[in-house]
Amino acid sequence: MRDEVPGTVLNEGGPWGGSGGSDGEDRKKRGQARPGAAGPSALDALLRRGRARFGGGGDGDGFEVPRLGGLWRWVLLALVVLWIGLTSTHTIGAHERGVVTRFGKYIATLDPGTRWTLPAPIDTVTKVDVDKTEYLDIAAGGDGQSGENLILTRDQNLINLAYSVRWSRRDAEQYMFELQNPEETIREVAESVMRDVVARQTFDQVMTGQKQIQQEVAERAQDLLDSYHAGVLIQGVTIKTAKAPDAVASAVSDVVVARQKVQASIQAAQNYASQITVKAQREAAQFDGFYIQYKAAPEVTRRRLYYETMERVLAKSDKVIVEPRNVVPYMVPPPAAPAATQEPAK
Amino acid sequence: MNGVNWIRRNPLLWLGVALIAAAILLSSVLRVPETEQALVLRFQQPSFILNAYDPREDYAETGAGLGFKIPFVDRVVWVHKRVLNLDLTRQSILSADQQSLEVDAVARYRIVNPVRMHAIAGDENRVGELLRPILAEALREQFHKQAFNVLVSPERDALMNSVGAMLARSAVKYGVQIIDVRLTRADLPQGPSLDSAFDRMRNAREQMAVSVINDGNAQSKLIRDNAAVAAAKTYSDSFGRDPAFYDFYRAMQSYELTFGTSDNQRRGATTILLSPDNDYLREFMGRKPGQ
Repeated sequence: MRDEVPGTVLNEGGPWGGSGGSDGEDRKKRGQARPGAAGPSALDALLRRGRARFGGGGDGDGFEVPRLGGLWRWVLLALVVLWIGLTSTHTIGAHERGVVTRFGKYIATLDPGTRWTLPAPIDTVTKVDVDKTEYLDIAAGGDGQSGENLILTRDQNLINLAYSVRWSRRDAEQYMFELQNPEETIREVAESVMRDVVARQTFDQVMTGQKQIQQEVAERAQDLLDSYHAGVLIQGVTIKTAKAPDAVASAVSDVVVARQKVQASIQAAQNYASQITVKAQREAAQFDGFYIQYKAAPEVTRRRLYYETMERVLAKSDKVIVEPRNVVPYMVPPPAAPAATQEPAK
Repeated sequence: MNGVNWIRRNPLLWLGVALIAAAILLSSVLRVPETEQALVLRFQQPSFILNAYDPREDYAETGAGLGFKIPFVDRVVWVHKRVLNLDLTRQSILSADQQSLEVDAVARYRIVNPVRMHAIAGDENRVGELLRPILAEALREQFHKQAFNVLVSPERDALMNSVGAMLARSAVKYGVQIIDVRLTRADLPQGPSLDSAFDRMRNAREQMAVSVINDGNAQSKLIRDNAAVAAAKTYSDSFGRDPAFYDFYRAMQSYELTFGTSDNQRRGATTILLSPDNDYLREFMGRKPGQ
């Protein structure tokens, strides 16, 4: 209801403008048809009569102008109401805040929902998305350096880092009013902090300790941005690639190949080790088995083992028994040759 | 009534008067946003500031909103109120030991004294142009005092602080407050020093490859040796309990192996001459009484 007050005030101005315009047209008519002096007052009376009826006339063809004025009034009224309606209600989305400024001065921050302010030229609402995650990629080739983002490490090696920063707007007013260029500032802070953190570590530490680096960069960037009252939340930093510069890539792959070779040779050594260990354990266990039997009955076990072994040995061998004294074969089993001739007969 | 009639009679004149009135009104009213400071000049002399930066006040407390000035007499100079960035890119800088380094730096600053800024720099865009060479000079001067190692080490924080302090001293006369100066890049320049860094890295990695192989070989030898020792211990723990039985037991295994009785060897591969006195044939010959 309050919002209609300026509307009605403006409405009074409307008809003035309207009648002013029609007045001009009347003057033209007057000039052509009747240059007399009595004209204006008569016309004035007519005009006023027409206005009193709000232009609702079937009075004849002579009153088109007043009727038009009446129509304009309604059109203007409607436009003003529409304008006020459109510019004084604001739908703030669930992830948004509306920063209200009155003639430029900060008034309030609107929470999500449908909110009212004064109409447009007075209040201005700027919606700021406080939930959306923005991504900022800091990677290869900002400038020169053969498309690599090379950073010096503590041991004066160079590392090629590509990373991204996730951030969102935490405080809509700060975000709008504190930094001239927040996104640029976030980029510069992230780059600066990343370089600083990397400069404190050796190449190998950077390669292996990326998680801690991500966390440290995010924390320190947040601290810096807070010190600027940037109204920005750093959600995280992700290192996408961390590798040696392309110029030393072949040497790096040499190391990788060497590591793989070494891994293979250690694997082989371990296989060998487990083989001989298993063999030793198996043989020892076997021996232990026999030894227990031997302990229980030494002579019998000994003879048994002897005979069993000799059986197996001699069963598969050709045997010749000779009397050592006269060196004459006592028993001649079929020699190797006949055995060979027998074979095709099978 | 007469006035109204007069207006009706002279609409153009009326329109003119209305326009002039509107122009006067508009040129006497200022809409000062939170992000700007309005320096009002009266007869080209600074008169007053609307929404001047005040570190003690929050926004909405420093006078943004509608302001008024004398039309046609006062002129407004708009000055940023927010923190501004001053970028300095690709500066070649020599260290005390004559090594060069390419740096990008950024200074963050705020115009805290628009009157002074206007008097010296004229407008806000020129402030950056005037500060940039001062920043470059400060960087160069401070860095030249230090050895290269320091420039690329974490100790350069202190260095950046002194660069910031130096810049801040010069910036005061422009009505500018320096918030900080930071390096966004510090690279070895293309050419010999970058190449020698690459060479160093390459050599280190080649050496590493060699030592990796050596270490690996030593490690696998150690694994083999340890296993052999462990196996020997297993054997000696077991066999050492009765060396005589071991000798017999092992001889049996050995005969079996050497005289070819394993399954994959052809029958008859070995011919054995046995003496009837052989222990194996002892019973074969018939046991003599008393034996």
